[in-house]
Amino acid sequence: MAEALLAIDGLTAGYGQTEILRGISMTVEPGEIVAVLGSNGVGKTTLNKVISGVCGATAGRIVFAGQDITNMAPERIVAAGLIHVPEGRKIFPNMTVRENLELGSYRRAKASRATNLEKVFETFPRLMERTRQAAGTLSGGEQQMLAIGRGLMAEPRLLILDEPSLGLSPLLVEEMFGLVRRINADGLAVMLVEQNVVQSLEVASRAFILENGVFALQGNATDLAASDDLRRAYLGM
Amino acid sequence: MLRSYPPQIVLEAVLNGLLTGAVYALVALGLTLVYGVLHIINFAHGAMLTLAMFAVLMVHLGFGLDPYLAIAPLAALFFLFGYGLQRFVISPASRNDDGAILLVTLGLSIVIENALLAVFRSDTRSLTLDYSFSIVDLGFALLSLPRVIGFGVAILVAGALWAILALTDTGKAIRAVAKEKLGAALVGIDVNHVYAVTFGLGAATIAIAACLLMPSFYVNPRAGNAFVLVAFTVVVLGGMGSIPGALVGGLIIGVVESLCGLYLGDSLGQIGIFLIFILVLLLRPTGLFGARA
Ligand SMILES: Nc1ncnc2c1ncn2[C@@H]1O[C@H](COP(=O)(O)OP(=O)(O)OP(=O)(O)O)[C@@H](O)[C@H]1O
Ligand SMILES: [Mg+2]
Repeated sequence: MAEALLAIDGLTAGYGQTEILRGISMTVEPGEIVAVLGSNGVGKTTLNKVISGVCGATAGRIVFAGQDITNMAPERIVAAGLIHVPEGRKIFPNMTVRENLELGSYRRAKASRATNLEKVFETFPRLMERTRQAAGTLSGGEQQMLAIGRGLMAEPRLLILDEPSLGLSPLLVEEMFGLVRRINADGLAVMLVEQNVVQSLEVASRAFILENGVFALQGNATDLAASDDLRRAYLGM
Repeated sequence: MLRSYPPQIVLEAVLNGLLTGAVYALVALGLTLVYGVLHIINFAHGAMLTLAMFAVLMVHLGFGLDPYLAIAPLAALFFLFGYGLQRFVISPASRNDDGAILLVTLGLSIVIENALLAVFRSDTRSLTLDYSFSIVDLGFALLSLPRVIGFGVAILVAGALWAILALTDTGKAIRAVAKEKLGAALVGIDVNHVYAVTFGLGAATIAIAACLLMPSFYVNPRAGNAFVLVAFTVVVLGGMGSIPGALVGGLIIGVVESLCGLYLGDSLGQIGIFLIFILVLLLRPTGLFGARA
């Protein structure tokens, strides 16, 4: 197999004295959807933050597209094409939808801003109707679309989505997973961080289950979906 | 007790108030910008204004540079000074702890003020320029030329600042960082760089204000403080962090001060300002343009 797009090896991280991640190793291959699952507070968001450089790693190595990005400044990681759409959207509420999208290409793909803007509007027609609306006044679902659209503006090579279905109605959750499939169909690698186990395993090719700071389970998504361990722990069956 | 004045005198007082108010607005602009983005009150703002006023004095005495011609070079110089101060002094010294930042800027103001005292003593100095006392005759009112110029430039600078924030990528990055630091970092905005640029812009507006003030004002090592006290009222009136608020607030405060001076006597001119300060805090703590809670 070709070299992995993202390769994490023995990663540890935490806040102050509290260690949250205690030796994480995983890979994401080009063009693949990988799911990272786990219950509340296990450290999924922490993992994303360490990968994207906004939190420090205490040990281990993160290699992205052949480049060691461990503890690199976030803007350099963005420049390399690793884009993290954070939990809670973190859009710019005081700015318009268009300005939010434009800032998505602040560090990367600035030259193709206009064409990418059109592409994002094609993917999210709802946003096009609201280009001049303040982002903070969008509905939760629209804000999630905006956050993803903003991420796509940077022409990512790997897109990390942190709980994109959080707070959405069941119908929108369905739509969200459909969307993840669609953006992946163009060859974009996606690391999908979710609590929504069943649907995540349906779209992902592989999955990692985080527990107590390490991956307790990992493997092929279809195998995991059928595994007794996972069904007992996360689906209550 | 209140005397009644002919309308022309009142009009002149209002116009003069607007002229002064524009410079108040300019001083407030830097304060409110830094507050809006870094969420700190820069206690060194007054000392930096004093420093800038001395700089205007020195480039005039040293190189014969007219204060208005000093606007561009001093604004650039102070931008760099402010940038460096935030990036290499304030940020490392405070490790981004808000309480510590306050102390660091306070300490900075003490250092600057005392350095100025050591160099210039506590004497009050001013510039004598041939146009210092020139008058603009509008037909219905007589206005001081330096203050008319000050008004015009201050409004231009406010407009330019607005344009930078609204239209440029850097300006958009500044607004993004102001409201959503993590989101900004994740689109690749260097947050520390933006903080420093913002601080630099604040310092540059101060330098411009100093250039506008010096032709008609004096300087001593504490001269800046009086302006910053007023500027703080302007910021509260306009809404903490609001650029249009600083502009409108500055003009209002200028007019209020001028009218109070007219009716209550010069020495009581500032009473109105503090009355407004208290009223705003009681009735509309978010200020005119502040985001409603
Ligand atoms: N800035 C911080 N300082 C200290 N502790 C933190 C900080 N951020 C997160 N934590 C702690 O780290 C642990 C992991 O948090 P994290 O947000 O990574 O979990 P998560 O798996 O994303 O949870 P969720 O599914 O609820 O989003 C939690 O116990 C949390 O309280
Ligand atoms: Mg999380």
